[in-house]
Amino acid sequence: MLASSLLKRAVMAAVTLFGVAVVVFLLLRVAPGDPIAMMIGPGASAADIANLRARYGLDQPFLTQFVIWLGGILHGDLGISISLHRNVVELLGERLPATLELAFVACVVAVILGGGIAILATWLRGRGEGAIDAANGIMLAVPDFVWALAFVLVLGVFWQAFPLSGRIDPGINPHFATGFYLFESILTGRFGLTRDILAHMVMPALALALPLAAIIIRILKEALSEAMLQDYVLLARVKGMSELRLIAGEALRNAVGPTLALTGVQFTFLIGGTVIVERIFAYPGIGSMAIDAVINRDLPLIQGLVLVFGALFILINLGIDLAVAALNPRLRHG
Amino acid sequence: MSEALLSVAHLSAVSTRDGNAPVLRDVSLRVARGEVHGLVGESGAGKSTIAKAILGILPGGIRITQGTIMLGGRDLLTLEAHERRRLLGAEVALIPQDPLTALNPARRIGAQLTDGLRLWRGVSARAAETRALALLNDVQMREPARVMRAYPHELSGGMRQRVLIAAAFALDPKLVIADEPTTALDTTVQKQILRLIRAMQERHGTSVIFVTHNLGVVAQICDRATLLYMGKVMEQGATRELIEAPHHPYTQALMAACPRYDRPGQELEPIPDAVLAACRAEVIAFDRAGASHG
Amino acid sequence: MAEVALNHDAAVAAGPPKHRRRGAARALLAQPKVVFAGGFILFLILLALIAPLIAPHDPLDQDLLSGTLPPAGFTGAQASYWLGTDDLGRDVLSRLIYGTRVALTVAFVAAAAAALLGTVLGLFAGFYGGAVDAIVSRLVEIWMAFPPVLLSILIVAIMGSGVTSVIVAIAIIDWTRFARVVRAETMAQAKADYVVAARVLGFGRLAILFREILPNVAPVLLALVTLEMGIAVIVEAILSFVGLSVSSDTPTWGGMIAQGRQIIYQAWWVFAAPLAALFATVLAFNQLGDGLRRALDPVMQR
Repeated sequence: MLASSLLKRAVMAAVTLFGVAVVVFLLLRVAPGDPIAMMIGPGASAADIANLRARYGLDQPFLTQFVIWLGGILHGDLGISISLHRNVVELLGERLPATLELAFVACVVAVILGGGIAILATWLRGRGEGAIDAANGIMLAVPDFVWALAFVLVLGVFWQAFPLSGRIDPGINPHFATGFYLFESILTGRFGLTRDILAHMVMPALALALPLAAIIIRILKEALSEAMLQDYVLLARVKGMSELRLIAGEALRNAVGPTLALTGVQFTFLIGGTVIVERIFAYPGIGSMAIDAVINRDLPLIQGLVLVFGALFILINLGIDLAVAALNPRLRHG
Repeated sequence: MSEALLSVAHLSAVSTRDGNAPVLRDVSLRVARGEVHGLVGESGAGKSTIAKAILGILPGGIRITQGTIMLGGRDLLTLEAHERRRLLGAEVALIPQDPLTALNPARRIGAQLTDGLRLWRGVSARAAETRALALLNDVQMREPARVMRAYPHELSGGMRQRVLIAAAFALDPKLVIADEPTTALDTTVQKQILRLIRAMQERHGTSVIFVTHNLGVVAQICDRATLLYMGKVMEQGATRELIEAPHHPYTQALMAACPRYDRPGQELEPIPDAVLAACRAEVIAFDRAGASHG
Repeated sequence: MAEVALNHDAAVAAGPPKHRRRGAARALLAQPKVVFAGGFILFLILLALIAPLIAPHDPLDQDLLSGTLPPAGFTGAQASYWLGTDDLGRDVLSRLIYGTRVALTVAFVAAAAAALLGTVLGLFAGFYGGAVDAIVSRLVEIWMAFPPVLLSILIVAIMGSGVTSVIVAIAIIDWTRFARVVRAETMAQAKADYVVAARVLGFGRLAILFREILPNVAPVLLALVTLEMGIAVIVEAILSFVGLSVSSDTPTWGGMIAQGRQIIYQAWWVFAAPLAALFATVLAFNQLGDGLRRALDPVMQR
């Protein structure tokens, strides 16, 4: 039963991704501004421009271009970047691991921070709750963009606690085999590198994590409070369990599912936030490539980026749906 | 004379949310070792409140104004929170009213059965599991191994109540409080559950406080009973005496109103208004006397 | 006409009564954070309107001899430049005040545009159901698969810089927020008695949609629009930070932040002042929207 709904969701996801591809394709082609002309510089002859345009296939009718592009995707080919003159798939492949690691760390931070504070607030139950609610209210209002800039100022300039840009100290040449610097450094025991990589991640990951943590706090706290009123918590209390164990052991299990269902979409917002946050911190992921790609009208690269982001969003949503279903014992066993 | 296991003395409580209206009026009762004691009364009479006071789970709006609850020589009301938690967790258990909501839907039955054992007896996971299986056998659960791994929603109401009974007796507590444990069940299942509770009680030698509004249950399995009305004890004593030779008009009226199979042709009599009025007058007089002293 | 009177009676009889809205207004003003937030926004509106009158300097006025002067209270500050100057000698405070113009214009217009687009689509999807709903829902899903920042940058890049592009971009990326909520509300409302009564009386579906359902969806919309204004301010700031918003002459908070970033070690106040203004404004819109939602929520009971 779970398998059939999973299949249905996968099909819907594919349809949505196709829709994304169509939309971005159309958008870019109705855009004024000629990418070729921008790229080639002044003084180029009309013939040069025409040649270059033909080389990138931009002289063909829309539908042909679309079919060619789709065909290319099925072969794992997304074309050549107009502004960077490299294979789009290679470019994305180089930078995607960095973004994935950043997003992963941010999610972990958000869950730990958000979950921890929600449990704490439930445990305090009225004593410090007002202060936590007020702080949470502010956290909810501030977007990742503003956090990132605030961190630049406070943690990067005033306090100089963390490096302001990049992924790793430019003086180091780490010779990593994969693009997953963080995981590789941990798995190979090179913890000095791990520390450096994490130091570079602190500010961007925190900027991405705080809005998500804020939502988790609000929703989980509510779900926990509701769960704590249930009879099974009362019985567990009679059994002699401590307050903390009641919250984290009995109530939390029932609160996580609904919380995940309501906060799930926020995880995709976190990924979307990498576009500006990576740029602010010059973090070499796919996000920081995006803005320049748009400004330069780099059609193949933009299409590739949108496709990758779209796929990520859809995968995350699928993952969340699966997790919610798995957490509900009633659904798991049918 | 055997010392009582549990001794409630002059317990009074008020509801702070209703302008300090009294909910318990000088309630005293004693439960001996191995005794099944019925706590009887209509809804709102205060029987659940007493049970919750013993268990330490009174809702926030109820405040105890006087009295002691002695368990094993210690007053539960004056103990430190963690001390009380330890004492109650190991020595007193609850069979709750609604088996549907009393089990955590997100945890397997086995885990919920072994909680107390691992918490208070420091038993290992494996030993606790063995004991839990044995308990499920005791409560006549079919396929105990499957039930251990199951989630609450996979079991019927009757099965869930058996699990709760098993959990209650898991630590061999000195006292089990059964809070109207058959109210939420079908009549066909009710009798089985009652017999089961009595059987478990006899096997473990546990004292039981049976909270109920059902006189039939009292007659069936309680040794002694306390009859409450509006938070005040109307009568208490051995069940047989209460049934056959009640003293208090309220008790008499209740017994008279109870349909009996051994008296065919009996006309059902509701409790006469005069009796209820007399009871209310008794309560009011009590309140006034207390007010003039307090 | 008799039908109109009947319809009105039916609506009043079965629909949400009007006296609840007065109670909501009172509940609204009872929250201190709403009063503060609302007051702050009114203050900003005032600043935007009378900017030329109260800004101490011309925001575009460069004075290279007075470059990177610190704000009042720091050594080297000058009395006429309360918040200091940037590297081109422009007064930070004046630019900050003028910046409210772009911020608020975009906030109000873009939020309204997004609300309009999203509400119309949501109403139709929720009320007509079937194919219309399927199409709109699919559109929403596709839209939500785009990173909002990327999409907004894309749109502005396509349409060229300028306030109109920014407004259109915001409307295009955020209509889904309204569509989803309005669709849900509409679907719930469409089952209500007063709608059935109106249908029985023979009112056209379009008329019911706009005359009966829309007014009852309005309170939720109001809260959402306020929240959207906060979002619009942020998106505009991001766009001007990246250099894609209005022309670089017009002072915008985002643009100031970008410029301040370049000289952050020498003149951190050029970066900090607009950031603080942005923070305060977003917070104000958010608290106001939140307060509105709380005051109106018990009425809608969703």
